[in-house]
Amino acid sequence: MGQKFLMKGNEAIAEAAIRNGCMHFFGYPITPQTEVSAYMSKVMPKIGGTFLQAESEIAAINMVLGAASCGVRAMTSSSSPGISLKSEGVSYIAGSDVPCVILNVMRGGPGLGGIQPSQADYWQATKALGHGDFQLIVLAPATVQEIVDLMGTAFDLADQYRMPALILADGMLGQMMEPVEFPEKKEAPAGAKDYATTGTQGKRKPNIINSLYLQAPVLEQTIRDRFARYEQVKQNEVRVEEYACDDAEIITVAYGATARVVKGAVDMARAEGIKAGLIRPITVWPFPTETIAKAAEKARGMLVVEMSMGQMVEDVRLAVNGRCGVSFFGRTGGVVPSPAEVLAEIKKLAGGTN
Amino acid sequence: MAEFKKTSGLTDAVFHYCPGCTHGIVHRLVGEVMEELGILGKAVGVAPVGCAVMAYDYFNCDMIQAPHGRAPAVATGAKRANPANIVFTYQGDGDLAAIGTAETVHAATRGENITVIFINNAIYGMTGGQMAPTTLAGQVTQTTPYGRDVTRAGFPIRMSEMLATLDGVAYAERVTVVDVPNVRKAKAAIKKAFQAQLEGKGFSIVEVLSTCPTNWGLAPVEAVKWLKENMIPHYPLGCYQDRTEKGVF
Repeated sequence: MGQKFLMKGNEAIAEAAIRNGCMHFFGYPITPQTEVSAYMSKVMPKIGGTFLQAESEIAAINMVLGAASCGVRAMTSSSSPGISLKSEGVSYIAGSDVPCVILNVMRGGPGLGGIQPSQADYWQATKALGHGDFQLIVLAPATVQEIVDLMGTAFDLADQYRMPALILADGMLGQMMEPVEFPEKKEAPAGAKDYATTGTQGKRKPNIINSLYLQAPVLEQTIRDRFARYEQVKQNEVRVEEYACDDAEIITVAYGATARVVKGAVDMARAEGIKAGLIRPITVWPFPTETIAKAAEKARGMLVVEMSMGQMVEDVRLAVNGRCGVSFFGRTGGVVPSPAEVLAEIKKLAGGTN
Repeated sequence: MAEFKKTSGLTDAVFHYCPGCTHGIVHRLVGEVMEELGILGKAVGVAPVGCAVMAYDYFNCDMIQAPHGRAPAVATGAKRANPANIVFTYQGDGDLAAIGTAETVHAATRGENITVIFINNAIYGMTGGQMAPTTLAGQVTQTTPYGRDVTRAGFPIRMSEMLATLDGVAYAERVTVVDVPNVRKAKAAIKKAFQAQLEGKGFSIVEVLSTCPTNWGLAPVEAVKWLKENMIPHYPLGCYQDRTEKGVF
């Protein structure tokens, strides 16, 4: 630690993955995350790691399945349309209880959409990145430094709970340059990945990585066992930042780069005497339900701000459960909300202070 | 006289395959080859989606079950993670030559040092007998009830010939297992394919013309006859690429 680098978010992501023991990266070009692959292609050959440009997003995620099944820390990255293509593989990885890290640098959709920043893949990330009953750990950094800090968390949690972890970033974070400090490079922990398909060496029974269970009650039980692990994740791994919330009457809720815009608006509101605060989920799954429910007890109202037509707002409303009003402000399609726009929404809620 | 016994390359699980299906023979050959080469302890197999999906219960080595068609990509990840492992896929024609064509072609052109066992029985077995990319012109299946009309459904694809054109392919041979001489040739080909990987020569594939009596609607003996009379003329047996001396790079 100590030395600061001025770095683009996408490059910082790649460096952080390597420093956390990821020696196998499988990618496919797509804007706005291509610098991740470019950085990996530059560094991996020099350190004995694997960078492979796959023939498709589908192939890339399946290469991750193969590598991670063999017990190594493996990663792929993409942006919205490419993440959709990966969803089949993500479902298999979840159903096979294999850990890995996936990065989504979100851009506007649906379809080919655009290449500007967006948060419109929140539902996909937190509810349904593939078919079947499963969850991902979803981490939503707000700064380039936080991307770096959360990369180790993502790999560690994926290994600990044997499930995929997703870093949910956006085009703004991927493309912006900020000063960052990196942790010392470390090897992937030599933990007991006794499930890994590394060859029996004639010393044990074969390991099988599999998601197929033709007996319905057996499949049900594997899913129940997995969901018991998800409960542990919910209890132990919620991460959230509360900013100026102690005496706040108007609580904003935002994640990722949007939260930085909203933080600015909260400061502007405070300067005008409005008691505003911000709750910033850092894990969007597991979602900081309790923090929000508690804040709703004393808040006059909540304002959710997203770069989408309103997706996380539904989780906020479930957490609030009628304790206070929840309103929404969003820009979408690649348009980033301005602090002034958010301030205007805060003022509307505060009422009479304009 | 040598004792006839089961290979240690297979587990004790009972095959689910239909009577007369040649999957069992090919499984045994792959198991015998792994045993004879002494690689069971470092072998990692990748099972497909299709009739062989439960191959992970049959091969006596570490196994990964892949999404439909993605076995070569999964195998690529496994081999890159641990190059000391001997990594093979076992795939049917729908898996390898339809939904997984891109993964097959690109693993091959990368010269990925893996071995592919490709079962070509000209039909989708597991889902109940639909047209495969390898279904012959005029062949009746559930989804070509009037026979495969090539003007609508296209032509049957010859994978070994196509893959042989790629620089990354060290070895591509088409064999069958319909009689004893051919079983022996098939085993030799499978052994050569694994040997190529052991020596780091590049991508190796053995295509095995196989029977599917159930979905062809034929008795096992008739199925063998049908394969010889109809499949071999369209899919000639033989070696289509051999760079096992020098390797592909």
